[in-house]
Amino acid sequence: MVMAFVWTGMVLISVICALITGNEEVLAAATLQGAGAAVELCISMAGILCLWMGVMEIMKRAGLAEKIARLLQPILKRLFPEFKKDKDVMSTIAANVSANLLGLGNAATPLGLDAARKMSRKTPGIAGDSLCMLVVCNTASIQLIPSTVAGVRMAAGSQTPFDILPAVWLASTISISVGICAAKLFARFWRD
Amino acid sequence: MGLLFSMLVPLIIAGVALYGVSHRVDVYDALLQGAGGGLEILLRILPALVGLLTAVYMLRASGALELAAGALAPILNAIGIPPETVGLMLVRPISGSAALGAGAELISTYGPDSYIGRCAAVMLGSTETTFYTIAVYFGAAGIRKTRYAVPAALCADLAGFMAAAFAVRLFFPD
Repeated sequence: MVMAFVWTGMVLISVICALITGNEEVLAAATLQGAGAAVELCISMAGILCLWMGVMEIMKRAGLAEKIARLLQPILKRLFPEFKKDKDVMSTIAANVSANLLGLGNAATPLGLDAARKMSRKTPGIAGDSLCMLVVCNTASIQLIPSTVAGVRMAAGSQTPFDILPAVWLASTISISVGICAAKLFARFWRD
Repeated sequence: MGLLFSMLVPLIIAGVALYGVSHRVDVYDALLQGAGGGLEILLRILPALVGLLTAVYMLRASGALELAAGALAPILNAIGIPPETVGLMLVRPISGSAALGAGAELISTYGPDSYIGRCAAVMLGSTETTFYTIAVYFGAAGIRKTRYAVPAALCADLAGFMAAAFAVRLFFPD
């Protein structure tokens, strides 16, 4: 239902705003352009998206996700100290994070939800420090190859749609580091 | 460095293929199956994009985005974020498709290799649909007291937006 309000809000604001600013005719023309632009966008990014999904399927079948998960264990033990002795929870978290890194959203979410459910058994109904950390790690994007964005750039005529990769990596690293620090800081001072 | 980055995608594809073959994976079959899955994703986001790009185009044409950008410009400029991206930032935590629509509109309006276009792309690539994710995770785990998860996640989002603009200026200084 949230999207119903968001979408209606966007359309209503547009109409009201156009009436005030006198942009009625521009608005009328633009209203019919968005839908076509959406179809064009999907078609022109279809190739790059499908190609990349194929490459990721190879990574998945070759067991790359499991390999990354093993490498991540030492770092994750420091992020989730409450569960560092719980092998089952730790390996689920590691699989969730490595699927996120590879951009396997469909695989990452069920793993993350599984870990969240297991964590919540310790403190039913209340988000413990580790569960908050897990949520923060999943609300920050750590995808190594943002293929959809590259597809959009390619659709807009970029010759080198992947040249933003280093910038994406830097921004993602800063974003998740701030999230982790904020979670650790809140964990120390949060009173409820 | 420049050559390495321009060769990054072909090298990744070649490396993944080699890694797959050496692990006895039917690489070509996997490629086709994955590509088929890509079509399913497109089919799923197409209706959402039709709805949301209509709304984004309307917002742009009505002048509402410009008004919002103008109102928030002093704050956004102070923290180094281009005010043009205000619409993208407002919908990013709520809806992935809406953010993709807003980002695509910026990228095609300003050009994929412009400062604004690159900022929009990096913002999309380095942040997530925060509120949606929180709702799904806490819903599945039956959590009612979410404690500090929302403020901590929003700190990460804000840092991501600022870092995206900073990173674009760092890697594309012109």
